[in-house]
Amino acid sequence: MTRNRLSRRDFLASAASAATAAALVPAPALAQGAARVVVIGGGFAGASAARAIKKADPRIAVTLVEASRTFTACPFSNLVIGGLRELKAQQFGYDKVAADGIQIAFATATRVDPQARNVTLEGGTTLAYDRLVVAPGIDLRWDGLPGYNEAAAGKMPHAWKAGEQTLLLRSQLEAMQDGGVVVMSAPANPFRCPPGPYERASLIANYLKTRKPKSKLILLDAKDAFSKQRLFQNAWKELYPDHLEWVALSKGGKVTSVDLAEMTLVTDFARHKAAVANVIPPQKAGRIAEVAGVADATGWCPIDATTFESKRAPNIHVLGDAIIAGAMPKSAFSANAQAKVCAAAIVKLLAGQPPSQPRLINTCYSVVAPNYGITVAGVYQPVDGVLTDVQGAGGVSPVDAPRSTRAQEALFAEGWFNAITSEVFG
Amino acid sequence: MSKARTLLGVVMLIAPGAAVLAASPEPPAGASSCTGCHAAGLGVDTAVPRLVGRSAAEIVSQMQAFKTGQKQSTVMDRIAKGFTDAEVQAIADWYAQQK
Repeated sequence: MTRNRLSRRDFLASAASAATAAALVPAPALAQGAARVVVIGGGFAGASAARAIKKADPRIAVTLVEASRTFTACPFSNLVIGGLRELKAQQFGYDKVAADGIQIAFATATRVDPQARNVTLEGGTTLAYDRLVVAPGIDLRWDGLPGYNEAAAGKMPHAWKAGEQTLLLRSQLEAMQDGGVVVMSAPANPFRCPPGPYERASLIANYLKTRKPKSKLILLDAKDAFSKQRLFQNAWKELYPDHLEWVALSKGGKVTSVDLAEMTLVTDFARHKAAVANVIPPQKAGRIAEVAGVADATGWCPIDATTFESKRAPNIHVLGDAIIAGAMPKSAFSANAQAKVCAAAIVKLLAGQPPSQPRLINTCYSVVAPNYGITVAGVYQPVDGVLTDVQGAGGVSPVDAPRSTRAQEALFAEGWFNAITSEVFG
Repeated sequence: MSKARTLLGVVMLIAPGAAVLAASPEPPAGASSCTGCHAAGLGVDTAVPRLVGRSAAEIVSQMQAFKTGQKQSTVMDRIAKGFTDAEVQAIADWYAQQK
């Protein structure tokens, strides 16, 4: 994805819209010193948090720092890869977010000073905050899989950040000869979107079955178990018996290195030569989390389960895929739900009030084929400081559900995407 | 807490015009997650119904039916089981008051 540099003009433009917004705030409120919240990252977590804070208390000055003017959503991007959707349907701008009175700085945050409570942007601008929200999503660990680096991703796309990588993988599949072998690798836990690799494998298999029937997909996995496993495996047996082969960790599925020149994924037991290779490498919290000192040795960010405040730096809250969220998965739904709880907590903390005990929901839809959707859902609350499943709630779609239920879930999946992106960007 | 309230009161006193910009009441536990699927705004293309502005009694009876399995659902049976009757009532009351 492109990283837009902050030009003087860009920042002045956002400063001008902020001046317009500021004009709506009565002078006495400013004279009293309106509380300042800076949010780094304009994805499902960050943009949701910025909007929820502004909505809950319009007196708070909210600045959203985001490098890209266009957000490209990961959920549903597997449908783009499988030729069932266009990338444009995944893309959103920030006009409506700005219209809420949120100042937007289109820039990369380069430094966070937790003592002075300010954020430095590329170009040198600093933004002071009373509370900071860090929502950077993930970075790929370029040191996590020997042979796989940024240059390799140009030939063997990860497509785990949606955008150019999504289109690259799709175009490689389209250019592939019928009979070519697609090889995918899925990482060990934790990683963004636990059911994502399996949804992707399903939709690539669907593409092969309908467009390249002599081809097949091999999914090499660093795990023996994965999200919605029985549902996926039942669907694969029914829909893609000749087009999808899953190789578990215990069957030698763990990819230990990548041979770019040979287009080969290497395990301890075999070398898998690919016509198209999709490598989903190990991940960590986005870079600014490390810079701000909120990521720990695991690369992820420990948080307070009630307020999402960092356990490593006061006044900094961390959200979404970057955090260690107990039982909550790294999903867009989780990120959005966490953001709204965190926003309420920040508003209370800024007013000197104790935050409430939250309850959060997650629902993850996966599309296995057109008109075939499955879900996992959960309800969570903090127990001994850890986000924990509420007993008796949650779980996956019934294994024996009829196809009408699968079709209904596919329909609701689309509704979910439209509802959540409308709340975050619309 | 009382100090913060007093401070807030002073601001209001000096700036009566700021009343429209007061903080809105916090949603009850769990309520803010719902709009991940149930569109908060109008005009969203989805088969999932909006909760905003629906009557509290209707939301409560639907949730009860999901919980007991009386009403067929996809995910709502799994989600409804995560809330007590009192929690469902609080969420329903809150959505009924939203516009």
